[in-house]
Formats: sequence, C-alpha cells, structure tokens
Amino acid sequence: MLKEILKKPESFYDTFFRKPGANPESTHYCPGCGHGVIHKLIAEAMDDFGIRDRTIMISPVGCSVFAYYYFDCGNVQAAHGRAPAVGTGIKRALPNSIVISYQGDGDLAGIGGNNILQAANRGENITVIFVNNAIYGMTGSQMAPTTLIGQRTTTTPLGRSAKNEGYPLRISELLATLEAPVYIERVAISDAKHVLKTRKAIRKAIQNQIEGKGFSLVEILSPCPTGWGMSPSEANKWVDEAMCKYFKLGVYKDVNGSAVNNNTPAGNIAITKDEIVSLLGSNKPKDEKKFVKPEADENYKNPRIKIAGFGGQGVLLLGRLLSESAMLLDYHTTWLPSYGPEMRGGTANCHVNISDKRIGSPLVSTPDVLFAMNLPSLDKFENEVRENGVIFINTSMVNRKVRRKDVETVYIPATRIADEVGQTKATNVVLIGAFAEYTKLLSFESVLSAVKNIVRKKEFWETNETALKKGMEYVRNNRAG
Amino acid sequence: MLRLFMKGNEAAVYGAILGGCRAYYGYPITPASEIAETAAKYFPQVGGTFLQAESEVAAINMVYGAASTGQRVMTASSGPGLSLKQEGISYSAGSELPLVVVDVMRGGPGLGNIAPEQGDYNQIVKGGGHGNYRVIVLAPNCVQEMCDLTKAAFELADKYRNPVIVLTDGFVGQMMEPVVLPEPITEFQEKPWVVDGTVKTVNNLISSIELEPEDLERHNIKLQKKYKTISENEVRYEELYTEDAEVILMGYGIVSRVLQSVVDEARSEGLPVGLLRPVTLFPFPTNKIQELSRTAKLFFVSEMSNGQMFDDVRLALEGKSPAKFFGHMGGVVPTTEEILEQLKMIFNELKE
Ligand SMILES: Cc1ncc(C[n+]2csc(CCOP(=O)(O)OP(=O)(O)O)c2C)c(N)n1
Ligand code: SF4
Repeated sequence: MLKEILKKPESFYDTFFRKPGANPESTHYCPGCGHGVIHKLIAEAMDDFGIRDRTIMISPVGCSVFAYYYFDCGNVQAAHGRAPAVGTGIKRALPNSIVISYQGDGDLAGIGGNNILQAANRGENITVIFVNNAIYGMTGSQMAPTTLIGQRTTTTPLGRSAKNEGYPLRISELLATLEAPVYIERVAISDAKHVLKTRKAIRKAIQNQIEGKGFSLVEILSPCPTGWGMSPSEANKWVDEAMCKYFKLGVYKDVNGSAVNNNTPAGNIAITKDEIVSLLGSNKPKDEKKFVKPEADENYKNPRIKIAGFGGQGVLLLGRLLSESAMLLDYHTTWLPSYGPEMRGGTANCHVNISDKRIGSPLVSTPDVLFAMNLPSLDKFENEVRENGVIFINTSMVNRKVRRKDVETVYIPATRIADEVGQTKATNVVLIGAFAEYTKLLSFESVLSAVKNIVRKKEFWETNETALKKGMEYVRNNRAG
Repeated sequence: MLRLFMKGNEAAVYGAILGGCRAYYGYPITPASEIAETAAKYFPQVGGTFLQAESEVAAINMVYGAASTGQRVMTASSGPGLSLKQEGISYSAGSELPLVVVDVMRGGPGLGNIAPEQGDYNQIVKGGGHGNYRVIVLAPNCVQEMCDLTKAAFELADKYRNPVIVLTDGFVGQMMEPVVLPEPITEFQEKPWVVDGTVKTVNNLISSIELEPEDLERHNIKLQKKYKTISENEVRYEELYTEDAEVILMGYGIVSRVLQSVVDEARSEGLPVGLLRPVTLFPFPTNKIQELSRTAKLFFVSEMSNGQMFDDVRLALEGKSPAKFFGHMGGVVPTTEEILEQLKMIFNELKE
C-alpha cells in the first residue's frame, strides 16, 4: 500500500521544471522530511477526485514555500501566514475552484494565527493542510508556537520553558471550539499505519470542499529530522513518543455542515450601464427637472458659508440642504463637515461654498455667511465673518445681539418656529428658508426638492415644507427697511 | 445631466464599480470608513463580494488572492492601515498583480489624529514596502476625481499588471460635491497570466520568488523597464495660468484646491502666479517642472506634511530654479490668506 502511495501522482509535475539546480526529478526536502509524503497524499487525492484543473494550491512561507514546484495545478504563493486570507480572496472570486492552503506551524500558528482563526470562524469553504513539525524548519530550527516544553531549538538553547515562552499551542483543539468549521482532525505520519490515516483525513478535507460543506483542517504531526538534529527513524519515533503525547491524535470536529458562505456570487457578473447607473443613482434625484435660478442680490453671490451649532441640531444637514439646493440650480458647490469623534456630543460645524465658478478651497476661513445655531457658535465665529457679511442667528438658542456693527444680521427664532410646526428637527429647514428669502440665492422649489432628496421619510415632508415657508415668511415680515 | 451629491469616499466606490471592480476587502478606519460602508451596500448588488477583513494585513492579502484570479478588486484605508498593508503591496508589486488601494490620509505619526494630512507621501509614492518597486499613484483633489481616478486606477492596474494607489486626504474623502457618473467600463483585456481554476491557466503561478540572484535581478530590471514605460506614458497634471507665471505654485490633493483659490486671488491683485498640480505622483511630472523652470523664477510648494513631495520637486529642478516650501502638519490645513501673504513676501524679495 505504501508503495502505491509513493508512486508519482498525476497531479505532480513529471519533472519539477520550476526547481532550479541540478536535480529537477527530486524534491528540495531533506531526507525523512514529512512535507514530501504529505504532498504526495494531496496530489494523489487530487488525481482521484479529478480536480487537478480546478485546484489552486497556496504555497506558504516555510520549507514548503516551493510547494508550487510539485503540484501540477494552479499555484499562488502567499506572504508568511497569510495563506488563509489569500485563499479567502481566491475562493470568494472562484467558488468552483478547490482551494488548498498548505501551511507550516510557524506560518499558521505563529505569524498567521489570526488569519487562520478568522478564516475558520467565517467557515471559508477551503481545505487547510497544517504541517506541525514543532519547529521553524526553513529559517534554521528556531522555536515554533508548537515547540514542546524542554525542546531545544536555536532560540531556546536550553529548551522551551513554559515560564518564558508559554505552552505549545494546540491549534486543532482551539479551532474546534468555533461554530463554523465542519472538520478538524489531527493525524501523524510517523509510520505506514498513520500515513494511511492521514491519507484518509486529507481526502475527507478535500471532499468536504468539493461538496461545499465548509472549512476543513487537517493538522499533521510531521518529522523534521534536520531541524530536530535526528536521523529520519529517530524523528519518526519522536513524533510518536513526544509529539503525540502532547498533541493528541483524533477527530476534533466533524459535523455535517454546509458552508456558511458557500453561496457567494460568482466573480464578474455582466451588468449594463443602465443597471449600474440606476443602482448607484437609486436613492438620488432621478428627475432632471430644470429649476429657475433666482437672481441673487449682489452682496450674496458666490457665498462662502459657515454653519455652527451643537451636534444634533442638524448643522451638517443644513449644509447639505444648502449645497444640494444650489446643485439643483446648476451652481458649483462644496460641503465640508467637521468629522469624527469630536462631533459626538460636542459642537459641529460645516463649510459650504456656492459659486458660479469652479470652487477652489472648500475650506471657509472668512465666511460671507455665518449660521450661528447656538451661543458658543456666535462667540467663536462672529469675528471671522467678512465685512458686510451676513449672520443668521437662531434666537431660540442665542440670547445676545451680534456685537459687530459692520455685518448684516438676521435674527430668527428658528427652533421656536420649528416647534410650532411640530418638529424641532426642522430648525435647519426654517433657517434655510430664511436664507433663501434673504439672499434670493435659492428658490423655494429648489430647497423643497433638496429636502425631499435628503429627508427620506415621506411623513416628514409636509412639516418640512411648512417649516420652509415659515422661515421665508418670517424674513419677509421682519426684514428691516 | 444627472449630478449626484456625494462624499469623496462614496465616489471612490462608484468609480470602482463603474471601473469593473467586483470585490472589496477592508478594515474600518476614520476618515476612510465610508468607502467600506458604501462598498458593503453596493458590491453585493452588482454581483460582487464585500468582506470586512480581520485586519488590514488580512484585507490586502485577500485582495492579493482575488487579484490572482483576475478579478478587479480593491481595498481602502488610512495611514496606520497602509503601514500594515505595505508587505502585501510589495508582494503584489513583485508578483505583478493589478489591484487598487485607496489611502485617505490622516494625521501621523502613530495614531496621530483623524484630521487630513499628507504625511503618507513617502510611504506611498516611494514604495513603502521592501524591494525595488513602484506603484502608480493617483491624487484626486475633488469628489468627481475620486470617482474618475478610482475608475481609471483599475484600467492602469490591468494595463501594467501593477498595484495602483489612489492617494487622497480626509477632506477630499469627507467632503461632498456634485458628481456626474462616468461611463462604466464594459470591455476587459484578457489576462492570460491569472490562476482561475481552469485548464487554460493550470500551469500559471503567481509568485514573487526568484531564488537565483541573476534571475531576481532580471525580474527587477524588467520591473524597472515597466516603471520607465509608465513614467513616459502616464504622467498627468493640471496647470493653471502657468504660461506667464513668475512663481509656480505646486501642491496636490486638498492643498491644490487651496492653491487654486490663491491663484485666483493673486491674479486679481496682479501677481503673476500659476499652478502646477500633479495628478499622478508616480509617475511625477518631472519634465513639466523642468519645462516651467525655464520661464518661472521660483517654485512654491505647499503640502500638509514636512515637505515630502517638495523633495521630488527639488530633484526635478536639479538646482536650476529656487524652490520654497510652506507646509502644515498634524491636520492643520493651509488657508488661502496665509499663502497669499507668503507670496507677497516672495514677490517683494524677487523685486529686490
Ligand atoms: C514576515 C516574515 N517574517 C519572517 C520570515 C522568515 N521565515 C521564513 S520561513 C519562517 C518559519 C517557517 O516555519 P514553519 O511555518 O513552521 O514552516 P517549516 O519551515 O517548519 O515547514 C520564517 C520565520 C518571513 N519570510 N517573512
Ligand atoms: S528542515 Fe525540516 S521541514 Fe524543512 S525540509 Fe528539512 S526536514 Fe523538512
């Protein structure tokens, strides 16, 4: 039986053409190394399942970095520890491919610990072959997360101590606690009997993927004679006697699942321009209605606007309403918010530009128009306003007059008016009404349309319309001169 | 024409989808999070994949995997996340994988803050990972360009089999402006090199390994040739009033918008200034700078950094014209007023 297994499988290249050097017939592994045997078991399973063409093998970083020398299938080489993430990207793009992530213990349990944990937890429909040889083979026998207590490596010259390095990681046990994985087994390849069990486990882990069951992982205790400083037979014995004692063989999880994310859509679905555009534009104004642009008074043309108030007063929304109304009138416009945690609970402000010309800086440092929605905002920004600029003051929240004499002022109890309308939140709509009436920059229709674009809930449209009218009316009735 | 009002971060996703991108892998970070949020909303609707990865390291490697299959794929983040993605970007450059990363810069170093900054220039434009590689860097300065350049990024990535980074800042990401949706890309080039689980590509390998020094040198030389071709063919910039300008202002991203206002103001006061805004940071508009140095007296560079692009301007000038730098860091954005003041001082000096 063993002889049959060791015959070169079809899913192996005839000659290892990618391998540099003199011996393209033999592998690069040391005599007695477990990697070669495990490769053959995988290739043989690929043969038998007839999946060579659709298999994508991910080579890790470690001694098996050159797995792609051998496997006659699609090959992708991944960064150290990242094979499960790379496999996720591949499998999600190609749900019909068979993705095999081949990883050592440094790769999987050390640097890539979180990647394997998360891929397993997502239940990616991939097969992971985890070669645990209790050491970093490739870099010269340093300690691995799986190195046994007392085991000497080049970075634990006196032997691993629990006190300094902690205990060896039992990956199979750990991952078996997760909901999503369907199959996790630990096997060994120390002798023919164990190799047969390993062969079976690998097949099952691949079969699960073919059947779309979900995440499967086979942990294989594997000899590294070179790294351990042993002969091949001593190394096999050490697998049996030392490793198997700490890393108990067995099935840790075997449930009849179906992959959590098995039904992800396939790659590049053709989609027409109209479909994309209507999808992307779906929540935006579809009517390309032409609005009549009112003639703004000279002093209020191309305004740079600052809006300030408490978070929650609709400061940012007022800015958006101004910008969107202006956009509907074919103006150039920008809206720049204060963003991030500073907004939570604290003050909010935003900058709006409306112009006939292309707008340079969206930042407003010398506003032509200031909306002071509360007292601190007036205190803070009153002096920034340009000479002859306009300050709109929400007198419901500001109990003082503007101190400057060289600016225009519009005092309006916006919050009170909004309350009367029955919706405190419409304070900003009252204010934009006042602005539209005072400057003639925006029309009633453009603002109303912007309100409807932004305020999704239809039941608020009516109160908002009333608030808008009231804001305009208030200015009409109270305008000085 | 239908104009949609949206944030720069949203526009990047629109551009990506119109550019044929069908997978997004990312990890949230301010001020880039709306990109992930918008992608989460739209990608599944266009038959694509959205997945919130466990980290930026995982995200870029998922992108690496998806790009290996030929899928148009992207991720986005801000400074700290980009630092983590650098290994994956280096691998992608080495393996010649086309993919797109958006970096919405914030203040650094370290956790810094979430205000807009441009301190990632060096780590992005100079290839912040290991090895002799370059990525194509596009620098939008408005919401429309967030859409258009992200779309273009996918074409450039495929054309050159190279990572492309859209480098912008918190302001361009967070601000809203009207956008006209561009035409979607509907024709895609064949990618014979991919590994897509079919007989046709079964002999393909995606890898950045070349064990023999001579082989790796050959690979590196090939990459350098590609970067040279990119430098010759893909330079993009925008200029304003440069013909008769005595002082050329230079800046990218949000700073170039401030400089645009400065130019308008300065011209109205009779100061002969012009603006040269690099749209591609790699390739850098070196020839254009040299050409302008024959007529201009001085280059004035402004950035929200310690002068990272300024170094490249000086390299391009080869000492032939004087160059001055004015910058802010930490999230402070230069104002039109203060730059105008600087310019007035410069013009007084030039007169003397
Ligand atoms: C980011 C990074 N860190 C470190 C290395 C160096 N390195 C290469 S292989 C390896 C350990 C591999 O050990 P393991 O996964 O156990 O595989 P083995 O060689 O034992 O089969 C390390 C640390 C690397 N390539 N990349
Ligand atoms: S060092 Fe160990 S794991 Fe690496 S090839 Fe040699 S025996 Fe195998």
